This record gives sequence, structure tokens and C-alpha cells, in this order.
Amino acid sequence: MSSITISMSVNGKAVTAAAEPRTLLVEFLRETLKLTGTHVGCDTSQCGACVVHVDGKSVKSCTMLAATAEGAAITTIEGLAKDGELHPMQAAFREHHGLQCGFCTPGMVMSAVDLVSRHPNPDEHTVREQLEGNICRCTGYHNIVKAVIAGAAAMRS
Amino acid sequence: MYEFSYHKASSVAEAAGLIASHPDAKLMSGGQTLIPTLKQRLAAPSDVIDLSKIAELKGIKVAGNVVTIGAGTLHAEVAASKDVQAAIPALAALAGNIGDAQVRNRGTLGGSIANNDPAADYPGAVVALGATVITNKRRIAGDDFFTGMFETALEADEIVTAVEFPKAEKANYQKFPNPASRYAMVGAFVAKTASGVRVAITGAGPTVFRWNDAEAALSKSLTAAALDGVKASADNLNSDIHASADYRAHLIGVLAKRAVVALG
Ligand SMILES: Cc1cc2nc3c(=O)[nH]c(=O)nc-3n(C[C@H](O)[C@H](O)[C@H](O)COP(=O)(O)OP(=O)(O)OC[C@H]3O[C@@H](n4cnc5c(N)ncnc54)[C@H](O)[C@@H]3O)c2cc1C
Ligand code: FES
Ligand code: FES
Repeated sequence: MSSITISMSVNGKAVTAAAEPRTLLVEFLRETLKLTGTHVGCDTSQCGACVVHVDGKSVKSCTMLAATAEGAAITTIEGLAKDGELHPMQAAFREHHGLQCGFCTPGMVMSAVDLVSRHPNPDEHTVREQLEGNICRCTGYHNIVKAVIAGAAAMRS
Repeated sequence: MYEFSYHKASSVAEAAGLIASHPDAKLMSGGQTLIPTLKQRLAAPSDVIDLSKIAELKGIKVAGNVVTIGAGTLHAEVAASKDVQAAIPALAALAGNIGDAQVRNRGTLGGSIANNDPAADYPGAVVALGATVITNKRRIAGDDFFTGMFETALEADEIVTAVEFPKAEKANYQKFPNPASRYAMVGAFVAKTASGVRVAITGAGPTVFRWNDAEAALSKSLTAAALDGVKASADNLNSDIHASADYRAHLIGVLAKRAVVALG
């Protein structure tokens, strides 16, 4: 099958690459651009390990074609830290031990940052509800929720 | 995923032309059902026609008694719409409880009803509110649209463009979500409409259906007590690892009562 040319902005940089039409956004990020911070944890669009921001909104990059993201601005976990400083949400996950093996963490953090843009001051219930699309197989949810609430506070200040 | 060719349509007319000239093509809106299906190799379309950039499929309009929602409108947009929240709050709440935040940021009304998953939420609203589905070819009454499991009245090359939801006097949707997928194990949408009380049940059977016995009872008295003696039959209901048909029949009664109570 002939490949197509796909252009988008990823973490503020313009990228153009050839890919098959069936290429998923997550494959484009991981395999073509070698941005392996975005993970793949399932085949059923349920785990959220692959969450990235597309034009500022969190989506499952395993459930979007790279071709659909043509022209979009993508932010991955690699794009959150600025000048060597962790994003406040990343710092909160470290501070509150919001990770164990770390596999789900990139998706959790990306979902959390989007959640805060819609709910700047979320309570525990809101955080749990808004993280329904993210599964942690280490089941460390209590600390994840604490981290998100602290990260939201840090993002407000 | 099998290989396919990809087309990004910029108008409904262009998409209609593409689907007519590629009989083995599939339309793709949010891809939240189609892409998982392709990944499991349960479908092998020759071409994928992406509808997600078609501006005329997006948006929410309220005119008089009718809320018109474009087929390409995201679940997140319906949930957050002040217009929908004011006109038909039950519809905004339903959209806000579909799947998870990321699914709601891609999934669309048109994709949901065209797919007609037995456990989908929107079909309940379309039927209970007596909505009308608009396509590029015609208008289809909500009652006639959902014809069977994953089956609709749509022709192979027909494109849903919008749904018109008439405002209801009162409406409420109650869902028992599957704890893993968030899809409805059973959902009950109860609406007091200009044409009487309508009760649509989703998740329980092969496709959404109206619960006639409950409608008759609630027409006499719109109270939870009116449903006390009314039992949903388990005949023809779905039975799977998540719930038996008997359990689903029981849930129908429980959720319909909760919806009536929540009508206020
Ligand atoms: C993890 C997860 C959880 C979910 N939970 C729920 C839930 O709780 N409740 C629920 O209701 N749904 C749920 N869904 C499904 C979700 O709502 C989908 O968005 C929806 O079913 C399909 O919409 P889509 O826009 O993604 O359509 P697509 O996946 O793009 O398309 C679905 C089908 O509809 C056809 N189609 C799309 N648009 C049109 C059109 N305009 N005209 C004609 N045909 C069209 C396509 O050809 C395809 O066959 C869930 C999905 C996932 C991945
Ligand atoms: S890898 Fe995307 S949801 Fe699991
Ligand atoms: S920390 Fe291991 S999967 Fe979440």
C-alpha cells in the first residue's frame, strides 16, 4: 500500500513524515518520531496509557489515525516539561508517589492536565470520574488522585 | 489492521460521492468504534472516508422547540453545551456519561447512532424524545431508525447529517454502566413529551426498544409507584458474561423507576 505524507506539530515542532494510511497516531509518535513516552497498554481503547493532547484536548492516540491528526498541534508527555523543569502535574506525581511501575503514568498525567483545564479546582470525586479512561494495573489510584489534586493546585498558582 | 486507502472529506457531498464510488469503503467519524473494530480485524474496508473535518456536520442549534445537533458533534460538546443543558438537560447529562473523557473528545452523535451498539446511550434519547434522524437523503423517525443489533434503517451509502430532538416537558436518563467499559448494561430514558410519556430501554435487548407496559402505567400516573406491578419480560433480552437476561429485566424496572423519581 502506498504511503501518504503526514504533517503536524508535535511538542511545538513541525514534523512531516511518510506513513501508511492505517498508521495510528500512537504508532506515528512512537515508531516514526521515536517519542516512546506515550505508551500502548491495550488493544481495546480502554487503558489510557496512550493519551496525548490533540489541539489541547486529551485523546487516546491508539484510537485516532495519524492521518486524521494532519495539521493538528500534538502535545505528548515529552512536551510537558519546560527548560528542564517538570510540569507542575509531573512534579505532583513525583511528590505524591502517584506511580509505581510508571507504565500508566504518561497517560495519567496527560489526562490530568486536560482535566484541570476543564475543572481547575477538582474534588476527589471529579478526579476519579474524569480518570475513568485511565487504568493503572498497579492499582495505585489513591496516590494518583492525591497527585492530581495537588497538581491542580500547583497549576492554579 | 488491514490496509486501506484514506480520504479526508471536506463536505457531505464529497463524502457521498466517495462512498458511492467506493462500495467497500467505510465512513469514519470519531473512530471510537471503527478504529477498535479495524484493529481487531473485524472489518476490512478498502477505503476509509474521514468525516471528522466536515464543518457542516458540526454544531448545535436551538430553534423553538427543537434542538438540532450535527452528526459530527462530539459527546463532550453536547455535554458542555449551555443550550442543550437548558433545553434538554437529560440529553447533556447522557452525553457527559458516555465512556470516558477521551472517548467523549472524539466520539460523535452520528457515529453512535449509525453504529447502533445495543449498549449505546444515544439511541435511548433518540427514541424516548421522539427525535428525527436527518440524512443526506431523507428524514427518518427515531422510532423507525434502529432496526436490530448494529442495524439501522440507513442505506449503505447514506450519511447521517444531524438529529432533531424535540424538547420534552420533563426527561431523565438512568444508566447502569458496565464497570469496565462504561457502556450501558441497561439504560432507561423516560420522557414526558407532547405525545405522551415515552420510555426507551437501551443496553438490555438487541437494540433499543420502547417499554409499552411502563408507558401505559406512567400515562395514568407519572410516579414510581405506578411501575410497582409492572415487570419487564426477560424474553429476547441479552444474556452475557456481564449480566443474565433476568438480571437485565430486573434492572429495567429499577432504572425506569429511578428515572421517574428524578423527573421531579
Ligand atoms: C472505551 C470506550 C467506551 C465507550 N463507552 C460508551 C458508552 O458508555 N456509551 C456509548 O453510547 N458509547 C460508548 N462508546 C462508543 C462511543 O460513544 C463511540 O464514539 C460511538 O459509538 C461511535 O461514534 P464515532 O463518532 O466514534 O463513530 P465511528 O467509530 O467513526 O463510526 C462508527 C460507525 O458509524 C458509521 N458512521 C459514522 N458516522 C456516520 C455518519 N455520519 N453517517 C453514517 N454512518 C456513520 C461508521 O461507518 C461506523 O460504522 C465507547 C467507546 C470506547 C472506545
Ligand atoms: S493503548 Fe490506548 S487506550 Fe489502551
Ligand atoms: S503505575 Fe504501574 S500501571 Fe500504573
